[in-house]
Amino acid sequence: MSQLEAYTETFVELIRRASTELPADVVEALQKGRTEEADGSLAAKALATVLDNVGLAEDGSAPICQDTGTPVVWLHHPQTVSSRTLETAFKEAVREATRRTFLRPNAVSTLTGKNTGTGEGRGIPYLHFEEWDENHVEVRMLLKGGGSENVGAQYKLPEPRLKAGRDLEGVRRAVLDAVVDAQGKGCAPGVLGVCIGGDRASAFAESKRQLLRPLGDENPVAELAQLESRLLREGNLLGIGPMGFGGRTTLLGVKVGVLDRLPACYFVTVSYMCWADRRAGVRIDAGGEVTWLS
Amino acid sequence: MAELKLPVSEKAIRELTVGDYLELSGRMITGRDAAHKWLVEEYREEVAPYLEGSVIYHCGPVVSRGDDGAWAFVAAGPTTSIREEPYQAEVIGRYGLRGVIGKGGMGPTTLDGLGRHGAVYLHAVGGAAQVLARAIPKVERVFMLEEFGVPEALWVIQVERFPVMVTMDSHGGSLHREVEASSRQRLEELLAT
Repeated sequence: MSQLEAYTETFVELIRRASTELPADVVEALQKGRTEEADGSLAAKALATVLDNVGLAEDGSAPICQDTGTPVVWLHHPQTVSSRTLETAFKEAVREATRRTFLRPNAVSTLTGKNTGTGEGRGIPYLHFEEWDENHVEVRMLLKGGGSENVGAQYKLPEPRLKAGRDLEGVRRAVLDAVVDAQGKGCAPGVLGVCIGGDRASAFAESKRQLLRPLGDENPVAELAQLESRLLREGNLLGIGPMGFGGRTTLLGVKVGVLDRLPACYFVTVSYMCWADRRAGVRIDAGGEVTWLS
Repeated sequence: MAELKLPVSEKAIRELTVGDYLELSGRMITGRDAAHKWLVEEYREEVAPYLEGSVIYHCGPVVSRGDDGAWAFVAAGPTTSIREEPYQAEVIGRYGLRGVIGKGGMGPTTLDGLGRHGAVYLHAVGGAAQVLARAIPKVERVFMLEEFGVPEALWVIQVERFPVMVTMDSHGGSLHREVEASSRQRLEELLAT
């Protein structure tokens, strides 16, 4: 097998895992939510169905959700590994995963409306490359569905409607407003990836990169850690609940990152990830040994 | 939990109210963004018999095809319904639909249409693509596959005990409107502190 084929095979398996197996921390958060909802409520029923579904998907090696989303991928590689080789392998892996129905053919020509049929299209998958000093390749990915993508939001502060100024209190106001605007439409309970600062493009990328963090980790910046736990608590006081049926479980996690900004700009960017918070990672050593990352 | 057979009468639909949990059995059709635009552009005689008295499912499935040429749904949860708000009431009225299945709820124009024509909005659990695919034992036929692609084609399917919740009824009731109003009230309270 050529090196290209080896990468492709590993990436097909990475995509299969992301599409069919929900990370353990997300399953735990959903289980916790289920115990917190009132017995017999629509919220409890919805979460019970969600958990049944997660089990069926893993057992049957079939997609958790039919919207298998955009593969959003971060690839770290040493100088000795070509990013073009990785790109070729990943795109072939998307086509193969689509043929094997781990992915839905999800790329539509915006001008003609025609589905490419292969899962691959202009800008799909979305690959971010970074060369690093390590000797191994590390790939981390999200499968991000369209329903949740549609409820993402970007605010520029100050925002008079929310009395949101250019400080963390203003950030709090904007993020909570985004959660209310989303209601259940992004398949609540969701996970928020937030970026403070940046430009309009870099901020959305960073907000998505935040979604790679495990739900239980702690932000190393004390004031951001505090903001994350406050937003999680207050988001769950809004009463939107699973699917927007009403209830206590509106958010499973909030992750906040920060980028520097221009003097004129202060963006608060929110990417909403649905409960099917599909992420997966893999490490490929120089000798080709593969380790799956949680 | 009540079982509801498709096709269904207007009378049976008008007995349903927000909060009812149902299991659907019978024939329905999928349709989402491209399909709704297509259905209102002109009256589509070929699909009309599949819509009358039944429900349309906002769903873009993952589909496989066996060696015998038969289609099967591999994953089939609901997609967000609100995008069909500009079309839905008209599609219900023109084709005699008795319901819509989707997720996230719909707006005032659809709610008004549900009341006028005698139909309901049924919420399936978003993302529950495996639970729901298992309630779809058979794909009968497909319309507009070549033109719209797999997710957006209109798939005629048989369902068995397909689980849904009534979240908008024909009496003006909408769980989505209620939850949105109360959550906006909560937000105001949180931002006042």
